[in-house]
Amino acid sequence: MIFPVIVAQGESSMADNGLLESVLRLVEKVDGGTDSQDVAADLGVDHQVIVGAVKSLQALGEVISAEQKSSRHWELTGEGREIAEQGSHEARVFNAIPDEGLPQNQLMKMPSGKVGFSKAMSNKWIRLDKAHEGGPRVFKTVTIEDTVRDKLQLVQKGQSAKLEDKEKNELKKRKLLSEVTVKSYWITKGSSFSTTITKQETELTPEMIASGSWKEKKFKPYNFEAMGVAPDCGHLHPLMKVRTQFRQIFLEMGFTEMPTNNFIESSFWNFDSLFQPQQHPARDQHDTFFISDPALAHEFPQDYLERVKKVHSEGGYGSQGYKYDWKIEEAQKNLLRTHTTAVSARMLYKLAQQKFTPVKYFSIDRVFRNETLDATHLAEFHQIEGVVADYGLTLGNLMGILHQFFTKLGITKLRFKPAYNPYTEPSMEVFSYHEGLKKWVEVGNSGVFRPEMLLPMGLPEGVSVIAWGLSLERPTMIKYGINNIRELVGHKVNLQMVYDSPICRLDS
Amino acid sequence: MYLNNKMLFSIHILADEEFDELCFEFGLELDEITSEKEILIREQGGEKAEGASDVVLYKIDVPANRYDLLCLEGLVRGLQVFKEKLEAPRYKRVSPADGGEPQRLVITEETASVRPHAVAAVLRNITFTQERYESFIELQEKLHQNICRKRTLVAIGTHDLDTISGPFTYTAKPPGEIRFKPLSQSREYTAAELMSLYKTDSHLRHYLHIIENEPLYPIIYDSNGIVLSMPPIINGDHSKISLNTKNIFIECTATDLTKAKITLDMVVTMFSVYCDEPFTVEEAEVVYPDGRLSVYPELAYRTETLSGDFINKRVGINESAESIAQLLTRMCLRSEVSGEGDLIQVEIPPTRADVIHACDIMEDAAIAYGFNNIVRSTPRTYTVANQLPVNKLTELLRQDLTAAGFTEALTFALCSEEDIADKLRKNITETRAVHISNPKTADFQVARTSLLPGLLKTIAANRKMPLPLKLFEISDVVLKDETKDVGARNNRRLCAVYYNKSPGFEVIHGLLDRVMQLLDVKPGRNQGYHIQASYLKIYFNDSTFFPGRCAEIFSCGKSIGHLGVLHPDVISRFELTMPCSAIDIDIEPFL
Repeated sequence: MIFPVIVAQGESSMADNGLLESVLRLVEKVDGGTDSQDVAADLGVDHQVIVGAVKSLQALGEVISAEQKSSRHWELTGEGREIAEQGSHEARVFNAIPDEGLPQNQLMKMPSGKVGFSKAMSNKWIRLDKAHEGGPRVFKTVTIEDTVRDKLQLVQKGQSAKLEDKEKNELKKRKLLSEVTVKSYWITKGSSFSTTITKQETELTPEMIASGSWKEKKFKPYNFEAMGVAPDCGHLHPLMKVRTQFRQIFLEMGFTEMPTNNFIESSFWNFDSLFQPQQHPARDQHDTFFISDPALAHEFPQDYLERVKKVHSEGGYGSQGYKYDWKIEEAQKNLLRTHTTAVSARMLYKLAQQKFTPVKYFSIDRVFRNETLDATHLAEFHQIEGVVADYGLTLGNLMGILHQFFTKLGITKLRFKPAYNPYTEPSMEVFSYHEGLKKWVEVGNSGVFRPEMLLPMGLPEGVSVIAWGLSLERPTMIKYGINNIRELVGHKVNLQMVYDSPICRLDS
Repeated sequence: MYLNNKMLFSIHILADEEFDELCFEFGLELDEITSEKEILIREQGGEKAEGASDVVLYKIDVPANRYDLLCLEGLVRGLQVFKEKLEAPRYKRVSPADGGEPQRLVITEETASVRPHAVAAVLRNITFTQERYESFIELQEKLHQNICRKRTLVAIGTHDLDTISGPFTYTAKPPGEIRFKPLSQSREYTAAELMSLYKTDSHLRHYLHIIENEPLYPIIYDSNGIVLSMPPIINGDHSKISLNTKNIFIECTATDLTKAKITLDMVVTMFSVYCDEPFTVEEAEVVYPDGRLSVYPELAYRTETLSGDFINKRVGINESAESIAQLLTRMCLRSEVSGEGDLIQVEIPPTRADVIHACDIMEDAAIAYGFNNIVRSTPRTYTVANQLPVNKLTELLRQDLTAAGFTEALTFALCSEEDIADKLRKNITETRAVHISNPKTADFQVARTSLLPGLLKTIAANRKMPLPLKLFEISDVVLKDETKDVGARNNRRLCAVYYNKSPGFEVIHGLLDRVMQLLDVKPGRNQGYHIQASYLKIYFNDSTFFPGRCAEIFSCGKSIGHLGVLHPDVISRFELTMPCSAIDIDIEPFL
């Protein structure tokens, strides 16, 4: 059960208040408690009735405390009960004989005749005159005491202890008594003991508040072990909760959000503007989704495009270039952007078209890769990216900003590894020490944008642009303990997981 | 690539941890520590591994731009120089020792249409061992995969020079006229026959497309008409090299001359170490159709001059010019202080084709200094943060939609044509969808034009959950748009569905009212919002909804979307069984 219930055990055998109060009065009289069987005997009611009364009293809270126990107990059989009421067979035979005697054949017709006759004979309570005129006749010899009946009546009154074991075993042999195990309660006063019963209310009502009657009422206790009723509400998706937190971190650090709502990008902005050569493997059909409709981009800043072409094919701005035949046809090809850095390139180009002011940009949005799918890779994922452009930024600055950023994620131990990336130089992989795994794990990538990317845009020579990126899915999977990315992203999501996922605090 | 203990010893490293640390510092990936035996057990099972070597091997991955680290010879050399256990060698191009004419490769004009460039060189008096030979073959394969872009840009052919005689001719011929015995075959084939033979070859079939549809195939002959190679597919059997080969003729044919020169430089700089005269390479002449003559390999050393201040300022350190010169020398960039101010002269060797700008030199100085020795500092860049308006609105609406009892879904932006057309009872040509040219599966045929299919698929995958299911998503769809430079744009939409035993139109309608309340748009025909039956759409266009159970939503007189009960066919096509109502609106008008 998931909601609190009023304890209702024994409700069906709930005894009337009169009986309950009788029980309570008995319990009041004894210090140290009493057995429910004794209570039954004292009140002259069946023990099962008392058991029901005990359960009803328990339901009232701390009125009594009752501990279940079991005991051996002697009980009359059906025949035993008959004897306790009507006397033993032999006594019934004896009592049926008048002083002048009774013909034997008449006596034998009595219900207890056969058994009673032989038992009375062996007790020598009667004698048989076989030679009596008119047929054999039975006469009383003595006055008798019906001890069997007396004993059974003792047991019936719950006083079997007054009999010796030998006597009880004799009666058991005669199938008049049987020994049974009885479950009973040891009843003692509870912490709120009282001999009067007030009916317990299940809930507080407006009427009670209005009338003030709640002051006199007793309320049934709640079961605090049960779960509450789930609130009727919607739930945010865990990946989006983590996105909100990353957004928050960037905003706290003074970063402005980039317009990444353009999944379709030209090869020019996705690759060429980043000084990624046209033969680069990332531009292969195996890695990138190209677009068949609309296949080509048709509008570029023409003089910038010429500068990009030149730096690729001939070099310039202090660069040797890649020295290959740069083709506009390749740059025109539309694709699903493979990184949000395409948008960073557009933003930096735009920045270069005005008087330079330092900027800090960020974005968190979808990127697409035509890759082989597995438990941790999908064809689309979210890239988190941060970019800072200012005069005189150093590699040490990049590491300093990364340290601040990751500190907000609760990650303070960082180290940096040289890496290769076509559009950043230097390039650094960011590693953090994972306390659980006891090793350094890669948490992101970073670098300083190449002059071959920035100078053709028209940014001033002294301006450095540092940037870093990571995926949103990976930290989310770690945060929420998800091993298969399909359970997190896409339609195969487990909605129960969405319902159950806690709020996201990245630094704790 | 696997390194063994002996190689580690040559860079004076003994402990695994120390090597791990060195790899990290230098930018290499130490994948795993294993042995030949372990590798065999893993790849082929225990039986095959019996008797295999237990010697510890270190599996290394190198950065994609460092061709000089692609083979063991280069990697160990690079690490030795980095650890200052070796001075970087100087590679020298020499004339034939016997004073004779250099080998010559003549390019004919027929190659122009298919593969116009070629370069060549000779390695004299080389001594192979099994290990060296395997490494030589492996390096060519790695270069082919890497800088040569699967042989499309460059193809390498190496030949036993003592089996052939120059001058060599690089030409192009119709496939029917080419006939030779290729490597690993026992008889001669025509080029046409070879192309069909290799169709089923697990390795070579990947290269056939490069020339398959060309009228002329590239081919190299010696002076006696013996075929050296048919680039970029296969070498001739006649000139194949072996462990006993002493003199090697190397040719690289290419569509990209720069890459061909780099490739040739890489092969000869790496393996000239095994020549009698180490690090010397015998020149070869290449004659172009126009009569121009070039001598290869280039083995060019270039000198760059930069200031210590430049390095210090970019990296964020404060080192003397001398100390920076020393750092760069450890990266195989032999450097000296020029004596003029803090200027440093840096010599870029032919092995470092990746160094094309001063920033590459700066990075090497930083690596040698140690990234993790650089003081981390916060830039003083002052900026004020701004949110992107459409994202700000999305964030605010998402919160309130969950408060309204709807749960957020996160579905894919890519899907099949069927998802956005047939399953929604629409015609694909009317969707304005952006189509992907190279999807590996049907799941990536188009960018979604509606959020609805993703939500319905989410319900289908969660049919075991208690009803009702109330889901929403606020995200982008993609539509063709001629006014944009790329011909397409994103559109931020809000979509929600209600799935239960009864359609619950009133629930979805109530959600619309709530959303409009949140957006501060009052009900009303002109300045407010209203909905109106869209029978026409149902019968002639928009048939996703059940007839008579669909309304178009207008805000300030402008259509922003639809709501209604889904058509039973739509429900079935998404493998659902219950009635379902949905709302789909554009939220950009509310920015």
